[in-house]
Amino acid sequence: MIRLAAGVAAAKAVGTLARTAGRGGGTSLPGKVLTRVEPDAIRHLSARLTRGSVVISATNGKTTTAAMVASILERTGAHLVHNRAGANMAGGIASTLAGAARNGGRRLTGDFGLFEVDEFWLGQVAEQVEPRAMLLGNLFRDQLDRYGELETIADRWAAIVRNRAGLVLNADDPLVADLGRNAPEPVYFGVDDDRLALPELQHASDSKHCRRCGHAYTYSAVYLAHLGHYKCPNCGQERPTPTVVATNVQLNGIRNAAFDLDGRRVELPLPGLYNVYNALGAAALTLKLGVGLDDVIAGLQAVAPAFGRAETLDLGRPTSLLLVKNPAGANEVLRTLALEGTELDLLGVLNDRVADGRDVSWVWDADWELLVGSVRSFTASGTRAAELALRMKYAGLDPTKITVIDNLEHGLDHALRSGDGPLYVIPTYTALLELRELLTRRGQAEAYWR
Amino acid sequence: MADVLRVCAFYPDLMNIYADRGNLQLLQRRAQWRGLGFELSGVGLGDELDPDAHDLLYIGGGQDRDQALCAEDMATNKRAALHHAAEDGKVIFAVCGGYQLLGHAYELDGTKLPGVGLVDLETVREDGPRLIGNVAIELELDGTRHVLAGFENHGGRTRLGAHTRPLGRVLKGHGNDGRSGFEGVRGGPRDTVVGTYLHGPLLPKNAWFADWLTATALHRAVSELKPLDDRLEDAAHAAARRAAGI
Repeated sequence: MIRLAAGVAAAKAVGTLARTAGRGGGTSLPGKVLTRVEPDAIRHLSARLTRGSVVISATNGKTTTAAMVASILERTGAHLVHNRAGANMAGGIASTLAGAARNGGRRLTGDFGLFEVDEFWLGQVAEQVEPRAMLLGNLFRDQLDRYGELETIADRWAAIVRNRAGLVLNADDPLVADLGRNAPEPVYFGVDDDRLALPELQHASDSKHCRRCGHAYTYSAVYLAHLGHYKCPNCGQERPTPTVVATNVQLNGIRNAAFDLDGRRVELPLPGLYNVYNALGAAALTLKLGVGLDDVIAGLQAVAPAFGRAETLDLGRPTSLLLVKNPAGANEVLRTLALEGTELDLLGVLNDRVADGRDVSWVWDADWELLVGSVRSFTASGTRAAELALRMKYAGLDPTKITVIDNLEHGLDHALRSGDGPLYVIPTYTALLELRELLTRRGQAEAYWR
Repeated sequence: MADVLRVCAFYPDLMNIYADRGNLQLLQRRAQWRGLGFELSGVGLGDELDPDAHDLLYIGGGQDRDQALCAEDMATNKRAALHHAAEDGKVIFAVCGGYQLLGHAYELDGTKLPGVGLVDLETVREDGPRLIGNVAIELELDGTRHVLAGFENHGGRTRLGAHTRPLGRVLKGHGNDGRSGFEGVRGGPRDTVVGTYLHGPLLPKNAWFADWLTATALHRAVSELKPLDDRLEDAAHAAARRAAGI
């Protein structure tokens, strides 16, 4: 325990320094210091959470889903220890715990742990946190240079969840649903709404083949990438019937979405089918924890957009930020934007830093074609601006509508001058951080670090 | 000039992991902007390949499991047609996972995936780290020096036979095996078989190479292709080179 106290003290000192130095963002540095001093710090500190912990992982939607769960749980009087800023590897989780530690780690400021966890770190974190429940939302093709192939992640997850109680799984994602195969009483959630079904699997769909026998699935409905109602005609594996179900889904551009849950209408202040899935996951998890439906719905309806996820700022013109980081997520953002009108001004920011994935090939797997008919002007910015501009050109956008300005600040100013009405900004992860720093410096956005 | 560029993509629903679609899109749009016709077809597992029906055969990359399925199928059902196509001077362009299947075999995790034997090379999965990162190579085509820039991400190490020619020399990055300093392969009976680890995808970052493939597939010189406005293409190429550090 002496090591723990020393580690917590060191982590707090580092955290204070970083904040004083004005370094924003969900820093993982204090946690790295803490686990250097006490490798089992996450285990020791999370054991002090008297109401236990839950963990959330997925390729897309972790931060938003966790924000929804927080909004629901806080209504039930839970005092959360939550890695809200999205630092979701072991260091970030240790930082969050260090921040909540009092009295050398003998006490925490909260009683309930809510942790979003990077797909790759799920095993290590789950082993230390020993969560009461684990919500697994989806698996999509993502930064291959960092994460490797999708099947590899699915195999890792299968080893982690084998025989684990408390699983909350997306029935519509065959890779995720199959994780419940050997688990005691998993809870499944899914969408039932034929009007939403796409005509065919999107190009970026990855999991087209049965996890058990390798045969191609047949889909009676495809909702999003490889999510939908599927069945293997060879071995008979099929979508498990979910108990938490969204029906009668209505999508209103980038503004909001609504759906029926257990006979009640949920007005979600976040857009897109992807957020309906996030909300379903959050509902399934909290219902499983014993929260009543009234609190679940009220919590979902009160959630605010997470940082850069369909957040709208006033920059002279209303400017919406929509993070994109992989083909499946980008497709949902593009599909949602296409509902917004036909004369859109867009600023796309493509960076290729480590946290974005150094490999920018994913922009060629996303369906930018969805937007081409709706674009009035497209400004491309970021370290790989030209590649994004080229993608738009080959998607069919008239090159005279495209401007390439590598420098983000100049790109933003150009885009802001490109017309009136709303501006839509589609940044990759580090571009979003840069943008936020830029806007904070100009006094146009609050610092997001809390 | 032939009016139509006929492209056949191998296993388009399985071997497409690194945005192989981008390579096909470059070939398609550029043909259309030049007023050439463009036909894209695909061959899947169990399908027969008609070697006379296409000018350019494209083999992309896939996840290990899908690659294994395709390797067996290609060796069983398409090997003879591929050799026939190569002898007729059809362009066979293979990237990453597809490249690994052009030679004799790909050995990984104690199993041996069969290759189609179009070129003398062998690939082995080693215990070492995957070879990942931005990459640039230098090559000579028709007497002119060019640079290809892209991204590589492969566990396999490819070794060329003693008389097999690489596609290029590594300027930055790992290349075939991280040691030899060579990248890719160019060979076959009419020198029209091209394999490379460069994706990212390759052709959008190197539009000039898309044109070389197109011209070769149509048995023409690149200079016979109608020039296009390539300012964005050139900027993307420059950015890819910068990313690789040259």
